[in-house]
Amino acid sequence: MIEARELTKHYGDKVAVDHLSFVVEPGQVTGFLGPNGSGKSTTMRLILGLDRPNFGSATVFGKPYRQLVQPLRMVGALLEARAVHTGRSAYNHLLVLAQSQNLPRRRVDEVIDLVGLHPVARKRAGGFSLGMGQRLGIAAAMLGDPEVLVLDEPVNGLDPEGVLWIRNLMKQLAAEGRTVFVSSHLMNEMAVTAEHLIVIGRGKLIADCTTKEFIERSSEKSVLVRSPDAPALTEAMGREGGIVVPAEDGTLKVTHLEAPRIGELAAEHRLVLHELTPQRASLEEAFIELTRASLEYGDHGPVHGSDAQRVYEEAAR
Amino acid sequence: MTTTLSIPHAEPVAPRHAALDFSHLLQSEWTKIRSVRSTTWSLVLLLVLAFGFTTLIVGLTVAQWSTNSAADRLNIMTDPVGFILAAGFQFAQLTICVLGVLVIAGEYSTGMIKASLLAVPKRVPMLAAKCVVFAALVFVVGLLVAFPSFFIGAALLHDKAPVSLGDPGVLRAVIGAGLYLAVLGLFALAIGALVRHTGAGITGVIAFVLVLSPLAQLLPGSLGEHVHAYLPSEAGHLIAQAHQGKDDLLSPWQGFGVFCLWTVLLLLAATFLLERRDA
Repeated sequence: MIEARELTKHYGDKVAVDHLSFVVEPGQVTGFLGPNGSGKSTTMRLILGLDRPNFGSATVFGKPYRQLVQPLRMVGALLEARAVHTGRSAYNHLLVLAQSQNLPRRRVDEVIDLVGLHPVARKRAGGFSLGMGQRLGIAAAMLGDPEVLVLDEPVNGLDPEGVLWIRNLMKQLAAEGRTVFVSSHLMNEMAVTAEHLIVIGRGKLIADCTTKEFIERSSEKSVLVRSPDAPALTEAMGREGGIVVPAEDGTLKVTHLEAPRIGELAAEHRLVLHELTPQRASLEEAFIELTRASLEYGDHGPVHGSDAQRVYEEAAR
Repeated sequence: MTTTLSIPHAEPVAPRHAALDFSHLLQSEWTKIRSVRSTTWSLVLLLVLAFGFTTLIVGLTVAQWSTNSAADRLNIMTDPVGFILAAGFQFAQLTICVLGVLVIAGEYSTGMIKASLLAVPKRVPMLAAKCVVFAALVFVVGLLVAFPSFFIGAALLHDKAPVSLGDPGVLRAVIGAGLYLAVLGLFALAIGALVRHTGAGITGVIAFVLVLSPLAQLLPGSLGEHVHAYLPSEAGHLIAQAHQGKDDLLSPWQGFGVFCLWTVLLLLAATFLLERRDA
C-alpha cells in the first residue's frame, strides 16, 4: 500500500507536485493519469525516495521508502528514464540488484525467463532497444517478488504484443493481491488496465475514483443541434435546464438535455431542426478537456468522485 | 492473447543481520565493478604503463648515468626504491584516477544510480561498500604492479645503486605504493561522487594530481613549499619512498596521513551530498 500525504516538490520556482494526497490500495491496478509534465514521474520518484519532498510525505507499507531494508523484496519499480549501466549485461545488472538484496542467483534466471530476455541476457544493456530496455526494467522490478509495484509509463516503446503482455502482467499481479501503481499519459491505455484512477494535472489532484466512474462522468453525453432558429431554440432549451454552447460553424452543443426532448421542444415551439445528433465525447477527448480545465482554472482543489462532473462542466463552458 | 503468465515467486526472506547485509552489498559492488569493461581496460593499462615507464625511465637513467647531474645521482643512490616507484607510477597512476571517477560518475551518466539507490535507499552503505571493494581491488592490483616494477627497476639499477627488499624502508615503500594507489582511487571516487559527471570528475582529479603541483611550486618561498608539500598526491606519494628526503617537509607516514585526510574529507563531503541531493 502506498500513501501520499500533502506531497509537494519544487524545482526552483517551478512547482512539480502540489500538495498531493492519495492512497493506492492493494489488489487492483491503480492508474496514475496526467498529461506529460503533470508531475507523475516526480511523484513516483518521491514515493521511491529518489527525490526529497519539500513538504508532505510519501510512505510504502506505512514507512518512507528510505527506511525500508532490502526494499526490492517489498517494492518493485520501473522508472521512465532507464536505470541501467549501459556497459553491463542484462544478467549482471540483475545479479548486482539480486546480490544487494540477498536473493539467490537462480532468481535472476527466473525473471529473465519471465520477461523473455533470455537470448540477449549476456549482451550489454546499452545496445538494447526501447522494448528490450522496458523488459529489463520489468525484470528488475519483479526480482524481489514485491508486494508493491510502481511502474512509470511501462508500455512506452513496446510493440502491440509487448503492450498486451504488460497489461496481462499487471492485471495478474493485482489479482494476486499486490498493489500495482502505474502511470500513463494515455487515457485509453488506463481505461483497459486500471480499475482505479488517480488523475493529476500540474501537480495537483484532479480526480481519485474508479475508472468506471471516471469514464461515465467524463464521457458525458451531448447533443449536436443545427437549426436556422438557433436563438429561439437556445432559449427554449435553456428554460428546460439544458446547457448550450454555440460552435463557430453555427451548430449548438447541448448538454443536460436528451436528444428526444430537444426534438419535442422544437416541435412545441414550431422551430425548424436541420440536425439532431446525440454525441459521446471520446475518452481521450474527455481526459484532455478535464486536464485542460485543471490548467486553466487552477484552484478548484481536488475532486473526488462525483465532483469530477463539475470540473468537466467548467472545461466545457 | 489471454495467456496467463506464470510468475515465479522468490524465496522466503532469510533472517536478517546488519553485518550480513553489508557483505551482500560488498558482493553486489564487486559484481558491478567486475562486469564493466572500463575496469579491465584501466587496470591492464595501469600494468602496461607502470612496467613500461619503469623500464624506460630507469633504463635511460642508467644508460646516461655519467651525464646526469651529481645531485640527481645522489638522490637516486640515497633512495633507489623511491626513484624506481616514482618512475613507474608518475604516469600510470592516472589510470586509477580515471577509474575511480568512472566507478561512481558512470552510475550517474548511465542512470544506474537510480537502480542502486532503489536497492539501497539509505544510500551511504552503498557508497561505503563501493569504497571498500574498489580500494581493496586497487590495493591488490597496486601490489601486483609495485613488486614487479621494483624488481625490474632494481635489476636495471643494480650496478649504479643497488637496492633490495631487505634494505630499511624498502618493503614498506613498495607496499606503500599499493596503499598510495588505493587511496588515490578513493580520492578520485570521492571527486566523482561530488561532481557526478565523468568528464568533470576526471578533469578535476587530474588537475589535483598533475596541474596543481607545478602551480604550487610557483608560489614564492616557504609558502609555496608548504602548499606543495601538503597537496594530496605530493604528500601521498611519500609513502612510496624508503625514507624522508632532505628536501621533504613530511615523513613518508606523515605524507600518507595528509593524503588520507584529504580523501576522508572529500568522502565525507560526498556522503553528505549523496544523502541530501535528489538522485
